[in-house]
This record gives sequence, C-alpha cells and structure tokens, in this order.
Amino acid sequence: MERVAMNGDQAIALAWKQINPDVVAAYPITPQTIIVEAFSEYVADGLVDTEYVCAESEHSAMSMCIGASAAGARTATATASAGLAFMWEMLYIASGMRLPIIMAVANRALSGPINIHCDHSDAMGARDSGWIQIFGENVQEAYDNAIMAFRIAEHMDIRLPTMTCLDGFIITHSLERFEPILDDEVKKFVGEFRYKRSLLDVKNPTTFGPFDWTDYYFEHKYQQVDAMRHVIPIVKQVQEEYAKISGRKYDIIEPYRMEDADYAVIAMGSTAGTLKEIVDELRSEGKKVGSIKLRLFRPFPSKELADILEGLKGVGVMDRAISMGATGPLFPEVRSALYERKERPNVKNYIYGLGGRDIRPEEIKHVYKQLIYDEGETVNFLGVRI
Amino acid sequence: MEGHRLCAGCAEPIIARQVLMATEKPVVVSNATGCFEVSSSIYPFTSWNVPWIHSAFENAASTISGVEAAYLALKRRGKVTEDIRFVSFGGDGATYDIGFQALSGAIERGHRFLYVCLNNEAYMNTGIQRSGATSKGAQTTTCPAGTCIPGKKEFPKDLTKIIIAHDLPYAAQASPHNYKDLIEKAAKGFEANGPAFLNVISPCPRGWRHDSSKTIDMAKLAVETCIWPLYEFEKGTWRLTGESLRIAEGSKPKLPVSEWLKSQGRFSHLAKEKWSFIAEEIQQNVDRKWEELLKLCKL
Repeated sequence: MERVAMNGDQAIALAWKQINPDVVAAYPITPQTIIVEAFSEYVADGLVDTEYVCAESEHSAMSMCIGASAAGARTATATASAGLAFMWEMLYIASGMRLPIIMAVANRALSGPINIHCDHSDAMGARDSGWIQIFGENVQEAYDNAIMAFRIAEHMDIRLPTMTCLDGFIITHSLERFEPILDDEVKKFVGEFRYKRSLLDVKNPTTFGPFDWTDYYFEHKYQQVDAMRHVIPIVKQVQEEYAKISGRKYDIIEPYRMEDADYAVIAMGSTAGTLKEIVDELRSEGKKVGSIKLRLFRPFPSKELADILEGLKGVGVMDRAISMGATGPLFPEVRSALYERKERPNVKNYIYGLGGRDIRPEEIKHVYKQLIYDEGETVNFLGVRI
Repeated sequence: MEGHRLCAGCAEPIIARQVLMATEKPVVVSNATGCFEVSSSIYPFTSWNVPWIHSAFENAASTISGVEAAYLALKRRGKVTEDIRFVSFGGDGATYDIGFQALSGAIERGHRFLYVCLNNEAYMNTGIQRSGATSKGAQTTTCPAGTCIPGKKEFPKDLTKIIIAHDLPYAAQASPHNYKDLIEKAAKGFEANGPAFLNVISPCPRGWRHDSSKTIDMAKLAVETCIWPLYEFEKGTWRLTGESLRIAEGSKPKLPVSEWLKSQGRFSHLAKEKWSFIAEEIQQNVDRKWEELLKLCKL
C-alpha cells in the first residue's frame, strides 16, 4: 500500500478503522486524545460500525471494555498516564477474567507535579497487572503493533489483555511517513473474534468474576502465569505471519549491529531509534558497539535477552521511569536475566527522559563511553540538573 | 438465584427474585462487590442460572454498559438475535458512594439497563460501616454512638431524587413487603427503553439489629412511617404508589417515626433523654420530605 503521513495516534485509529472492533470505550487524555478523536470521526462518518462509547472516566472505560469483552465482543481502548493509573484496579480484573482487550497506551509521566510529556512510568505501573506489554519505536510500529496485538491477545492459548505502548508526543504527535496495509489484508489477518464463553449466550449462562476464597485464588493466578508462558512463541509466530503481508519482520528483541559487539545499550520505545544512529556513528569510529531494542516487556524475554548479552563486556540499560527507592524498572530485569550466565557483562542503569526531558545524542555517546571505560555508577541519571 | 449464602432474614435475595420475576425476557446481570455478590458466587459454585458478571465494587453500572454496548454491536452485526434485558444490582455503598460516578455516567449515556439499589443503609458486608444512605442517628462501626456523638450526624443523601434529576425514563422507590408494587416497578424499568433506576429498601437484621423474622415487617414499617415512601418517576411524572398513596389519600395512617426508631437496635441510644432531639429532627425531616414529595406528585 502507498505510504501515508500520519502521527502515531492517527495511525492507531487507522488500524482500528481497518479492524472495525465491536466495541471501543474510551475517555480522552493527552497525549492519547487524537486516537479517540480520529476514531470517533470514523464512527461519525459511518466508516466503521463499532459501538463507540465515550466513558465518563478511564475507570469506567476499562469497566465497559471488561463487560463488552465478557459479552463476546472484540474490544479496544486507549489511555495514558493518570488515565492508566485510574484503570489500575480494572487492569487486574481484565487479565484475571482472561479478556483479550486491546489498549493503546500513549506513554506519559505521572503526577505530581503534573506533566503531560513522555516517560514510561504509566506502563511500568501496570507492569504486574497481567497484561502483555509491547513497545513501539515509531509510527510504523505503533500501527503494526496495534494490528498484531489483536492476534496475540485473542489467541486461544493466551486470552490475555494486551497493551501497545507508544511514546507520548515523540510518537503520538510526530508526523511520520509509514506504510499501512490494505483493509482486506488487515481484516483477513485479524480474522473473526472468537470467545470461550459469552454473557450474551443466554442459553448457556456463565458466571464471570466470582468470589475466590483461599482454596482457588492461587490456582487462578497460576493459570494466568501459565498463559503468559505461551506468549513469547505466539508473538514470534504472529510477527512472522505479519511479515508475510507487510514485508516488515519484527522480533520481541531486536539487536542492532550486535554480531561482534562488546558493548550494548538497551532501550524501549523511541529511544531505540536514536541508539541506532549513535551505534552507526561509533562503529564508523571503529568502536565495537551495538544496541538492543526491547519490544516485548511483559512477559519479559529473559532467556532470549541473556542469549544476546552473555559474553559482552558492558551493557547499559536505559530506563525512562524510576522505581523510587530502587533503580529503573528495566535494569533489575536485565541483570537478573544474566545472573545464571557464565560470562556476565558489567550492567549499568541510566535513568533518563523523565517528564519528556529530551535524550540527546551526546548523552547516549556518554553512556557508551562510560561502558567502554567502565566509568560511572551502577545507577546513573542522564540530563538532570543535580 | 438459589443456593446463596446470605444471612437468614436478609432482604436482598427476596428483592432480587422479585425483580427477576418481572421480565420474561432473557436477562444479563451485573453485580457490584458486596454481600449479595460474595454470597452468590463463591467459586466453584454459583447461585445464578442467568449470565452474571461481577468485576469491581464501584462499576456495576459501567460494566453492564459495556455488556449492553456489546449487545448493540453484535445484534447489529447479526451475531446475537435474542431480545435481552440488562440489570445491575448494587448495595447502597456501591450506589450512593463509590459507584455513584459510574452510575451517573451510564444513565447520562442512555444505556438501556435497570439499576437496582439493594439499600440496607450501610456497608454490611465489611461489618456495618456508615454510607451515604445511612440514617441520621443510626449507629454503625464507623459512626458509633458515643458519649459525645449520637451515631451518624447527617441525613442520608436523597439518591432517588438525584437520579431523577438525570431525567431518565424511569425511576422508583420500592420495598420487598409490597411485592406487587416492586415487581410492577421492575417490569416498567425493564421495558423503559433506556436507563431505569430502582431504589429498594433492604432491611439487614445484622446491621439494623432486628430479629431475622422481622425483615418484611421492617420494610413495611419504613413505608408506613414515610421514612421510605413508595413512588415512581415515569417520563417526567411523579406518582405515589402502594401504602404511600393510601397515606396521602388519608385511607391509611402515617405512623410516627418513633415506631421505626424503637424497632431496631441501631437506634437504641436515641431512647435516652439526652438524644431525644435527634428523634425529633428525624421526624421533622421525614415530614418535610413527605410534603415535598406530595407536591411533586401534585397531591
């Protein structure tokens, strides 16, 4: 299909238009608003026949998604920041009920102080809620992830809600050229929505969301753990199938110039793109460096990541969020993944970009320099006036 | 709805059965967290032979909104053919307090569903704490009657009127003792072709401190003292029903509030001379609200 110019939010709305979900229930919040605005225009113009509900809050938006999905409807929503935090209680219920709801998260800082710009604290707050979390690097990935998410979440061996994350403003509001795929191909790719049980199957009534005592709760949680174990191979399979129709081959972790690298920096989201630029520059100076884009954060691909990192001399982990009183949330996952490996690299954490603070090329070069010369602390802060 | 584990004398299952009797159509139920939910869905058992969903405390209305949205979409796409009705049950905490926003939003959006408040006037499931529906002067574990403070200091929120201010197609107050009245109101709610609201007084022997055998008597007394008038709001018109209509017409006496207060342990401290003014304030408030209601009903 021809390339078009859209921002990340519009690209997600376009993906939803092509998919034409049964129900979209959402509440507007910056920098997600363009998604629901663009989608509501499609609804107003009759380009989709989705039942579109403007909720009075994100909490109710997710509650409606839960009701709709339990009723056998293909369901999507979008949110950001405080909106995601307001949904927090319902995120656990959506995954606990094994409802394949799709949510676009336009990553934004959490208050206070109030700030509308990008960081990953919102998605990291939802880290343990039982949702699959996929991060995209640019508008093309925001679009592609939005489509693939339906196939992943709705896979009968998974049935877990899935959020596709895109960096607030950096991706949501930046106009980029990208290549959508044809409507028919999208429809064929996602297929018909299937369910295991539906509230609207009145002849076979089902009780959703019962009360668990100590005798069953743990087992139900374990079933979610078990479902998460199926995710990585299925994501890989969906990405392979998507490559056939799009020509774009994704992976859960994408190494860049890592073949003979001694040093690597890992990032999620748009920063992964900047890393590649710097890697090219440093490579031209003869430095044996590479970078790693992590696309799948939950479930965390520990083994796959350790396979790439084992034997390196130094690894920098870029965290666009912080777990107060500890480190960035990605850092311990990476270090833990390497713990049982024989040749463990030095791993350093770089907290950056909180509240939309730009990450500059010189800062990334500084990270590589620190890794090469083994400088800096275990946890470092980039670009903050201390 | 059978095989539940509610307390002996609880009014909630009685009300739920009466409401569900009011339609021949298939129904889907959403339930807020509370006594009614925990006692009817203890895994791996269920008391429900109709589709039922519970997701959280404060969102029975938004959850059913989502179910109804799915119904509209799937019906439009030919994937569902039945004519289905939707009903939510929530206690007063889930309705007056924490779930009020979701309920107000769902009504404003015009989803077609019947919301039933099982109003036992406190958070009974967690051990009798005050809610926005708790009577003035009632003692609960979070508004105990002490030497300085005589139980709850405030009058309850008049939620039925607040809901009516949304200008929805149908809203009513009902009581399980007058089952004919309650079922007729539920039937109107189911067929209202938009959001409908039913606020039902639901005596709680544990929280109200009355004998388990007296539940229906308590509900009746609430109506006879005009503590809980039976009325409905239908397409802009207010109407008294049942005993309340007969009281207004003079064919039935309006009992004093003192009858109501002395019937329950939660008001026992009001019998002290020190707190007698509270009982008077309650009577005055009941009288004022009753007169207001008569005007609204053009009586």
